Amino acid sequence: MKPGFLAKNPSVMWFLLILAIFTLGVTFLSHAYGPGVISTSMVKTLGKTLCLCLIAIAMDLVWGYTGILSLGHFAFFGLGGYMIGMWLMYERTRDIVLSSAGSFPMTPQEVNDAIGTQIFGVVGGSELPAIWTFAGNLPMQLLFVVLVPGLLALIFGWLAFRSRVTGVYLSILTQAMTLALSLYLFQNESGLRGNNGLSGLQNIPGVSAGQDQLSVWFLWASAVALGLGYIAAAFIVSGKFGSVIRGIRDDEARVRFLGYSVEGYKLFVFTLTAVIAAIAGALYYPQAGIINPGEMAPIASIYLAVWVAIGGRGRLYGAVMGAAFVSIVSSWFTGGRVPDIPLGFYTIQWVDWWQVLLGLAFVLVTLLAPKGLSGIVDLLEGIRSPDRHGDPLGPDQGSLQQKEAQE
Amino acid sequence: MRKFLIALGILLALALPGQAQETGTTAPQSETAQAELTGLAAVLAEYSKEIAKPSRRTIGPVIAAIASSGEGASRFLQAYADKGVGQRESDGAFFIIQKKGSDYELSDPVTGAPAGTAPKSDIKEIKPNSGVRAEIGAALVRFLLSDPDPKKRREALTAIERDGEASHLDPLRASIPDEPDPAIKAEKERLERLLTIRFGKDAAERVAAIESFGSDLGLDFRATLNPLVATTRKAFAGAPEGNVAKPLRPGKDIPKDEAYAMLVAAKMAPERISASAMQQSLAANVVDGTVGGLPLAEMSDPAKREEAYATLAAAGTVPQRLTDAEADTLITDHQYADLYAEPDPAVTTAAEAALTRVGRTVAAMQTVDLGLDALSLASIYFLAAIGLAITFGVMGVINMAHGEFITMGAYTGYVVQLFVPDYTLSILIALPLAFAITFGAGVAMERLVIRWLYKRPLETLLATFGISIALQQLFKNIFGTQARPLTSPPWLDGAWTLNDVVSISYIRIAIFVLALVFLALYLWVMRRTRLGLEVRAVTQNPSMAASMGINPDRINMLAFGFGSGIAGIAGVAIGLFAKVTSEMGQDYIVQSFMTVVVGGVGSIFGTLAGAGLIGVLQKGIEWLNPSNTLAAQTYMILFIIIFIQFRPRGIIALKGRAAGD
Repeated sequence: MKPGFLAKNPSVMWFLLILAIFTLGVTFLSHAYGPGVISTSMVKTLGKTLCLCLIAIAMDLVWGYTGILSLGHFAFFGLGGYMIGMWLMYERTRDIVLSSAGSFPMTPQEVNDAIGTQIFGVVGGSELPAIWTFAGNLPMQLLFVVLVPGLLALIFGWLAFRSRVTGVYLSILTQAMTLALSLYLFQNESGLRGNNGLSGLQNIPGVSAGQDQLSVWFLWASAVALGLGYIAAAFIVSGKFGSVIRGIRDDEARVRFLGYSVEGYKLFVFTLTAVIAAIAGALYYPQAGIINPGEMAPIASIYLAVWVAIGGRGRLYGAVMGAAFVSIVSSWFTGGRVPDIPLGFYTIQWVDWWQVLLGLAFVLVTLLAPKGLSGIVDLLEGIRSPDRHGDPLGPDQGSLQQKEAQE
Repeated sequence: MRKFLIALGILLALALPGQAQETGTTAPQSETAQAELTGLAAVLAEYSKEIAKPSRRTIGPVIAAIASSGEGASRFLQAYADKGVGQRESDGAFFIIQKKGSDYELSDPVTGAPAGTAPKSDIKEIKPNSGVRAEIGAALVRFLLSDPDPKKRREALTAIERDGEASHLDPLRASIPDEPDPAIKAEKERLERLLTIRFGKDAAERVAAIESFGSDLGLDFRATLNPLVATTRKAFAGAPEGNVAKPLRPGKDIPKDEAYAMLVAAKMAPERISASAMQQSLAANVVDGTVGGLPLAEMSDPAKREEAYATLAAAGTVPQRLTDAEADTLITDHQYADLYAEPDPAVTTAAEAALTRVGRTVAAMQTVDLGLDALSLASIYFLAAIGLAITFGVMGVINMAHGEFITMGAYTGYVVQLFVPDYTLSILIALPLAFAITFGAGVAMERLVIRWLYKRPLETLLATFGISIALQQLFKNIFGTQARPLTSPPWLDGAWTLNDVVSISYIRIAIFVLALVFLALYLWVMRRTRLGLEVRAVTQNPSMAASMGINPDRINMLAFGFGSGIAGIAGVAIGLFAKVTSEMGQDYIVQSFMTVVVGGVGSIFGTLAGAGLIGVLQKGIEWLNPSNTLAAQTYMILFIIIFIQFRPRGIIALKGRAAGD
């Protein structure tokens, strides 16, 4: 009998277990369902971290497994956030407009105008642009969360992979796409409130529960999404499909010569991960409460790569570890909770120096520990990679190294 | 009122001078004081009350009289305008006064001869207000236009240019034949034609003046024409009257709402009760949950609202409202047109034609200007990208910290300027110093990080990105977040101006020259020096190069340092016109990579072509949508993404073995 999915992927069980324990723990320590040891803002931070872990899994799929260093996945993340944000903002504004209107009923035109003035007054407009047509329709906007980033990724990926743009060129191209998108959204004419972005997203229309409860519910939703995302990703990379995409990562030309449609595989992974990123974004921004184009700047996508690299590429739990570790440590450092180090002539304030530390840590991880944090797991299990150091024996890349030849 | 006074002044000016001047000049000065007063003195005596208490309403004829009184008139008016005229309290005589200690030094208003001093208490200073001074200024223009001092004449011309009046035209014309300075003469003639366009006595003269300019680019010409063709919108019950620029059809040329608003403004139609006013009166008339017999809940339908309002209006509770059909009839019953403020159609036609001509020339010149802008932008991108052309293009190393090397160069310039106050000298020091510092930084980075990653390009990207964020934060910690000044030497200030449309600042020219210098330097280093030969050898085949006795490690290090050093110099140049902040490198990094990729990796001329393409493209898109540079960048990046579809290897693609993979 062939071994089952879980047997082949022991990490899935462990991951779900830890995730469940974490979620339950936070729930019963929160304000809403427990003694309130964990503050509501902390619950939100943890919920957001789960979303970041989800997009890190997407990044790991596309980079760690398929070898496409995409610097554009945060753009999909942001787009997902914008799509859900439009509904949240529209509905909330409609509630406000209706409640302030008085007893005389308004015509649909008047309601629309009032909403338009409310939302776009800040950028000097008063009309709802065409892209807000379905903003009052939750199922449509939810569909858009998946469709808009998915289509964008599909078109962009098709163009890029078709012309065989690979490696660093593809990275730069995705970065350019992100830059173009964020610059576009920065304009007031884009119809998404320019650099003001969408705000007030933490209030869910039609829900009377307070932020204490909402934050926990979002934590659950994020945890469920992360769990499902992990299972889906594990399923994808464990079968034959997984072997092919790893093959593409290691040597694209050989896979192509074996008869596989490399472009199709890449396009599938690219689009799928874009959709996962968008879902993560749609869960993230209601917890953050505000979204603006600055979130989608190219630098955000590079940070995503940083998380995955620090966590360890090519394994799903590595990506999760990296995202969770870096974002929690980062909020610890930038929150000013780390004591300053007085050097006598200068005091190191971590708020200022954290970025320097992160940058250098990143260089060191890239140079010295390509496996990242998940190397710790290997260490625990006693897995060690062959020592391939020493001078190369031949002139080509990948030739046997001196020490390998000795055995 | 003012025009009337001016006209009166001119009349007087024309009437008086005949006798006044004759007697004024021939009569001996000694007599004027005692016996029969002539010339200026007579005018001063006649109008002494108005002069002592000048007001804008009464001063017009007085000034005209003074202006035409002959000797001393200009001196007196000048002093009058400068608050330098005083009246002796004892006998009411006027003097030109100058403060000297606690006394006034007096001089005769007619001859300008000194007339002793007087204590402060004896003299009443006359202080005309600004309105009066303006009138005096206008009168003075006449004297100034033929003043012996060319500077004064120019000043007068500038004054007329700024605020010309019909009264200026005659003195200006009169002063042209005697003008000795050819440059000023040309200016006067030009101004005369401009004034003729505005104030010429008949249409033929004005049209001729307009035609005489041809398609002149001067802003003053356009500023003269524009008020002539300015239009106002008006509604008419019958056919439009006046100089019609364009008849307007409601619903086609203008929206119907606007047409109706015009009718209301002209009191040709009653004001309509607006939708919101209707809603308010409906809301005020809710009775037992119904409005005009209809349930309140149905009021969300606009048609039902009209119906309810009609019911209420029929009952007399609210005023009648014009229905849409009635309003439409009113709108179509009237005619609308844009009217020129200038009544003469011949002049407006000529002015429109001239503006069209000028517009064509301006468009052509703007294209030239746009070309210059694009060239300058291209040279900036080229400067920013030329370092990358070496590290990325030749060595294939993605250096995300390249932008920070640019910043480093700019900060070097800033620090040098802190110690060397002379801007020219400091730039001359900063350029080599920036090269040295970024060369060192580049070599250090290559030795410590990049050489371990030559076979893993994606990881080079990530590691150098780590360095980039660390450096950026480091700059922030050292120099703060606010922009630091990097001042250009004074000889780079200003701009080279071809005409009113085409101009380019010297800094941009300098950057263009610098870009050319670097192109030459690059070509020289790569093609004519030992280092360049070895770099090319190592890039093509490191093992073979090593077998030939070249040390690849050393060459990689030097080449990387060279590329980084050029980034540093580019930083100094860019810092001269952009803000020096810790994030300035970020603004150029994506564009720089684009430049190299679009141009074609590995070819310097490709980088040049890429910079040119991106520069032209960005300026072109900005021109199509001038209000929005963000949109321009967006569309430019989209264009590049599509461009790469068709030429994945860039404009100038390397072929064969040199192309690598």
